Amino acid sequence: MSDTDNTPSLYAAREPIFPRRVSGNFRNLKWIILAVTLGIYYITPWIRWDRGPSLPDQAVLLDLANRRFYFFWIEIWPHEFYFVAGLLIMAGLGLFLFTSALGRVWCGYACPQTVWTDLFILVERWIEGDRNARLRLHRQKKMDLRKARLRLTKWVAWFLIALATGGAWIFYFADAPTLLRDLVTLNAHPVAYTTMLVLTGTTFLFGGFAREQICIYACPWPRIQAAMMDEDTLTVGYRYWRGEPRGKGNVRRRSQAQAHKAEAEAQASGPDLGGSYARTPVPNEMTDLTPEATDQGPGDCIDCMACVNVCPMGIDIRDGQQMECITCALCIDACDDVMAKIGKPRGLIDYLALSDEDRERAGNTPRSVWSHVFRPRTVLYTVLWAAVGLGLIFALFIRPDIDLTVAPVRNPTFVTMSDGSIRNTYDVRLRNKHGEARMFKLSLKGHPALRVQLEGTPYQSVMVPADTAFLQRVYIIAPPGAEPAQAETSDVRIWVEDLSSGERAYKDTTFNGRGN
Amino acid sequence: MTKKSEIKKGDPETTGHSWDGIEEFNNPLPRWWVWVFYATIVWGVIYTIAYPAWPLVNSATAGVMGWSTRANVAAEIAAAEEANAAINERLASVELASIADDAELSTYAVSAGSAVFKTWCAQCHGSGAAGAKGYPNLLDDAWLWGGDIENIHYTISHGIRNEDDPDARYSEMPAFGRDELLSGEEIDQVVNYVMSLSGEPQDASLVEAGAEVFSYNCAACHGEDAQGDNLQGAPNLADAIWLYGGDYDTIHNTVYYSRFGVMPPWSEEASPAGRLSEAEIRAVATYVHQLGGGE
Repeated sequence: MSDTDNTPSLYAAREPIFPRRVSGNFRNLKWIILAVTLGIYYITPWIRWDRGPSLPDQAVLLDLANRRFYFFWIEIWPHEFYFVAGLLIMAGLGLFLFTSALGRVWCGYACPQTVWTDLFILVERWIEGDRNARLRLHRQKKMDLRKARLRLTKWVAWFLIALATGGAWIFYFADAPTLLRDLVTLNAHPVAYTTMLVLTGTTFLFGGFAREQICIYACPWPRIQAAMMDEDTLTVGYRYWRGEPRGKGNVRRRSQAQAHKAEAEAQASGPDLGGSYARTPVPNEMTDLTPEATDQGPGDCIDCMACVNVCPMGIDIRDGQQMECITCALCIDACDDVMAKIGKPRGLIDYLALSDEDRERAGNTPRSVWSHVFRPRTVLYTVLWAAVGLGLIFALFIRPDIDLTVAPVRNPTFVTMSDGSIRNTYDVRLRNKHGEARMFKLSLKGHPALRVQLEGTPYQSVMVPADTAFLQRVYIIAPPGAEPAQAETSDVRIWVEDLSSGERAYKDTTFNGRGN
Repeated sequence: MTKKSEIKKGDPETTGHSWDGIEEFNNPLPRWWVWVFYATIVWGVIYTIAYPAWPLVNSATAGVMGWSTRANVAAEIAAAEEANAAINERLASVELASIADDAELSTYAVSAGSAVFKTWCAQCHGSGAAGAKGYPNLLDDAWLWGGDIENIHYTISHGIRNEDDPDARYSEMPAFGRDELLSGEEIDQVVNYVMSLSGEPQDASLVEAGAEVFSYNCAACHGEDAQGDNLQGAPNLADAIWLYGGDYDTIHNTVYYSRFGVMPPWSEEASPAGRLSEAEIRAVATYVHQLGGGE
């Protein structure tokens, strides 16, 4: 059984991660994004928007029961679902664009998993303290009063955030104030409670406990994104050619002493300047930063582990780009802080493009950020993205307020009337997107012998209620002997006119005669 | 990733497997993952105990939760019936002619009637109500027994020429040929006359004699001008609509052997053979009435 003893375990326990507090530009940017995105998420359902008495006054509402989607002044009907498809295509192209330009910038800044995990870690820090305090608490085996109190407080706070998150979600699907009242008085629909419960549970679990495990094991995006990045993509990286060999304390001093010794020896064996004028090695002298010097002397990395300690994914960015890295850029802030303290230039860990490595190693400055961002690839993505967006805006402005669809009844294809005339039936759906009822008049364009008749009314007009798709059965009749009555099919166009505004719309269809 | 191989420090250990010198890194799965897998197994076992699952010889284990799709369907139907009880009662009690004026009631009646029609009527009249040979088309404007809502309601309630309901519509055309009421020559004449009424191609030399045969033998029911009579279920012979067909052979067959179309009674109140409640009959009558032929 010695073989099995040597086989390493196939499963590993999760290594708990205790990200240290960090401050800096990227951290500030992330705080702003966190506040804005969470603000949008929680507040949006409560914005009111007056649409008249017969329509809901919620600015953003997914009214599944009535099959309407309201977004401020825009109202989307089910047959206009292509707007949603277009928005999804834009979201997809947007991801391509941002990933090819800035790597996993979505993961690092805007992904809900990142944003909520950030918020949960913030709450955790407020309650249990920073990294070291949390580590101590974690290592403390005994569950004493203090640990129990801190844990309980943290979980309650997390749970309240999770509850608000799950709660806010359902407000997008019903009138928020009414639903809140129903929720509190236990009168809401079971689906509302179930949805809220599930989302509360997942938020609590994913933000509080699963965290980076979701990104590494559950999310497909880290696996896909590599295909969208190239050597010009700016992503968080470590300038190992500047940082290595890393070292701290004695290692560093030893390494420096070695370099000075080598220099001293070189000088000593150089041209004779008069013996006693030989340069005296200076302890702690900074070696200059030419590549030649870094190759021999110690690198800028003092191995302080700041970048590792702040990492919410628990990785070491100095190991190079890796799947676990969500490019949250907190290690950049942490490292810049340290570099400032030891008097080195910032950017040992920085947004880097692969293609700049050779330039930097040769002592040149890297290409500018803009030359990395504006490339044929990103420009193409931007153009596609904008084209879809402009197309949607165009479609939004040209879509009519009245509309119709015509479904010819084909069971049977035609009916022979007692006088021998031929009648076709059409299910016409008249859409009135106005906030009040409108009178719609139907008319026909086609063979002059054809007549149009409406079921249930002797008139050619029908009243369509506000914001409704009204089903009206329409008959088209060809007198006996007329050409359309004998032919196989004839083309007809059904026109509809809103009598109060004069708007018109039409649909083409066919008339089946005896020849059919 | 490319630089990772140069920094040997970060490399994970290998599994010890080697194929042609290619070794496999050991990147262990998180343990919670395997616990989730075990949890699904436990869940699966509990599930098969709680719900119907294990196949037996003639059935399957019922499960301790007592869950049953059939019971669910029955409960849903009962719930739907309970929800519709009030409007069904209203539908069954209002004046028939006033249903069309009540938007809520007529909308309900049309959709409920559509379901009734497709369940009980479509077998003969077709799912689109266009009928078939011998089964009237309900979309056109020709009605054997009248096409207003009252007459449609009566026809559906009691049926046509059945023996299950004493109030069924009843009329019978004599078999003029089989029972030797008319000679072969007279039948030939009257068939040609009938065909002339609706402009079908006919032998014009027989029409005049046929008209005489018609007025003595047929006009009592079909009327002097062959316009038919809804009170007797006698069809209009001068229009463009034929229940069995308007060619010579079919009309000849009709005159020689007669026709005897039957429809069952549907009202459960009128006949033990009936299957529909008053509300259902009113619903399907409303549905048929608004198909395009209602008078």
